[in-house]
Amino acid sequence: MEKFIRQEGLVAPLDRANVDTDQIIPKQFLKSIKRTGFGPNLFDEWRYLDEGFPGQDSSQRPKNEGFVLNQPRYQGASILLTRRNFGCGSSREHAPWALMDFGFKAIIAPSFADIFYNNCFKNGLLPIVLSEDNVEALFRAVEGKEGLRITIDLEQQQVIPESGEPLAFEIDEFRKHCLLNGLDEIGLTLNEADTIRAYEARRAEREPWIFQ
Amino acid sequence: MAGKTLYDKLWDAHLVTEREDGSALIYIDRQIIHEVTSPQAFEGLRLAGRKPWRTGASVATIDHNVPTTPFKSAAEIVDQTSRIQVQTLQDNTREFGITEFGIGDVRQGIVHVMAPEQGAVLPGMTVVCGDSHTSTNGALACLAHGIGTSEVEHVLATQTLVAKKMQNMRVAVEGDLGPGVTAKDVVLHIIGIIGTAGGTGYAIEFAGSAIRGLSLEGRMTICNMAIEAGARAGMVAVDQTTIDYVEGRPFAPKGEDWDKAVDYWRTLVSDADAEFDAQVNIDAADIRPQVSWGTSPEMVVPVDAMLPDPQAESDEVKRSGMQRAYEYMGLKPGIPVTDIQVDRVFIGSCTNSRIEDLRAAAEVAKGRRKADSVKQVLVVPGSGLVKQQAEKEGLDKVFIAAGFEWREPGCSMCLAMNPDRLEAGEHCASTSNRNFEGRQGNGGRTHLVSPAMAAAAAVAGHFVDIRELDQA
Repeated sequence: MEKFIRQEGLVAPLDRANVDTDQIIPKQFLKSIKRTGFGPNLFDEWRYLDEGFPGQDSSQRPKNEGFVLNQPRYQGASILLTRRNFGCGSSREHAPWALMDFGFKAIIAPSFADIFYNNCFKNGLLPIVLSEDNVEALFRAVEGKEGLRITIDLEQQQVIPESGEPLAFEIDEFRKHCLLNGLDEIGLTLNEADTIRAYEARRAEREPWIFQ
Repeated sequence: MAGKTLYDKLWDAHLVTEREDGSALIYIDRQIIHEVTSPQAFEGLRLAGRKPWRTGASVATIDHNVPTTPFKSAAEIVDQTSRIQVQTLQDNTREFGITEFGIGDVRQGIVHVMAPEQGAVLPGMTVVCGDSHTSTNGALACLAHGIGTSEVEHVLATQTLVAKKMQNMRVAVEGDLGPGVTAKDVVLHIIGIIGTAGGTGYAIEFAGSAIRGLSLEGRMTICNMAIEAGARAGMVAVDQTTIDYVEGRPFAPKGEDWDKAVDYWRTLVSDADAEFDAQVNIDAADIRPQVSWGTSPEMVVPVDAMLPDPQAESDEVKRSGMQRAYEYMGLKPGIPVTDIQVDRVFIGSCTNSRIEDLRAAAEVAKGRRKADSVKQVLVVPGSGLVKQQAEKEGLDKVFIAAGFEWREPGCSMCLAMNPDRLEAGEHCASTSNRNFEGRQGNGGRTHLVSPAMAAAAAVAGHFVDIRELDQA
């Protein structure tokens, strides 16, 4: 996994609450057996006017010009700003894969759905929770000034708008450590293989039917 | 010291180690695998040269992609990408030595129907699957929740998950359910109250006399939609209903192990003095048959109500969500729910495709016929065994006589990854779990209801109050 230390970039504001993972990447694109290539179909039903299908050349499709990611001022955005309960619904990891494949490195919202939040960290995508008020203020700032950039400093746990006070955010220590160092979680867990085996032996004594 | 909740007990029993940074490793007893969220996990194992930690812990089946018309081999699946996923699962399970209930196996079906049916899910287990509706299995007093594909790989390789303990929420439904009110109505009512993020960060225990009065299948319907309330895991404590359900199933313990297991399982209840971080109390008498009107499961009303007015909503974010939903659904505030015309009906999904769901739908369909205005009524059993049982009871004949279509098991129109889907603009009475935009087909408009309410809508051509069906 790629390390996440500091990220400076353009912010795209997606002003919707409860954005579900079906919206982030519709089901017809889940038929891929790869982890890459989902970017062109991120938010497919909102980005394009026609119905998308796998394997199509999306650059030739009619675009919904009003949709935020199609607007010229947000081209090249690497930080997504959005509203509460982002990523609800299906557990599909294709959602963070699509966001990353599109070019997003971080997402800022007042809250995230649990499974999506968890999936982001496995891929080096940083979901940041800020208060409703701070998110509202960022929306106003982004919409008010074209080309507004912000910096995310994971080490310091701060979101730093181009002009304005740094905003602190919370993050679990283990997740921060893994992101900063780009660590492979499976490798880390396998360092504790003996502990897992000892646990299994205790369980097998008490609940042998689990291991049959 | 306060007693433990059911969730506390399950967590403690599976804790392998706690790390200094506050994260924990929990042991996973059972992983259920399907074709959509597993290919990248197996590929990851292969690339790293890793083997599954314990192949017997996993059980696989195909469900999301499969056609619901008969087919005998992967080669007969017309959609090429679906075919590749079904074939890939078969190749992966063979390569890694994992049991798969594949094409033509009577045990094949929707992951969360198949696994409990086989006894592959037992009380006291931790159960994961790359599918958010894994919460269904919590009805058996398990810690069961959905995970992403990276975690599928992590569980395959280590039999553990890196986890953080959730908070405890108790949702108690006390009293008797009224006539025509089913488990589906109970859970939609709950989501209507606590909202789609109300359970975020919590494991929900569903309790109270109305929940205890439900069959195990009904409890699965409730736990299934815990995720629609934002909670990764829902669960119900062990009682005699749980034990009776498990007894005799193929993967269930036998002989001495059975007795030992039952003794342990009976401890899987929250202690009387356990403390919950949040408590929601619901009077069963307040619950009426439910219909969702919008594009989020919290946008739900009783069938005898009018559609709500966004102007009455004080929260600005919610209000704009409602306005957007009205636009998408092609509906207007203030109209009666029973005025909504239905183009298609879907009876199935991991929420409502078990035998008692099909019985409830058949009871309504019996001696009646689909309205001419309804283009299609799909009845999709949750597994080959559910299908077999329904046919033994003659339910298939009831459905066919009513003009409904009797199909092969799979996820079908719940998420429309196979050929079963809505056309843009069509309204569907659906027993599934999500009414998100485009979920059942691009531009499709989903209304979540119980199996009986779905069958009644099929017959009437619009939503009807199941309690007044004979007058409709």
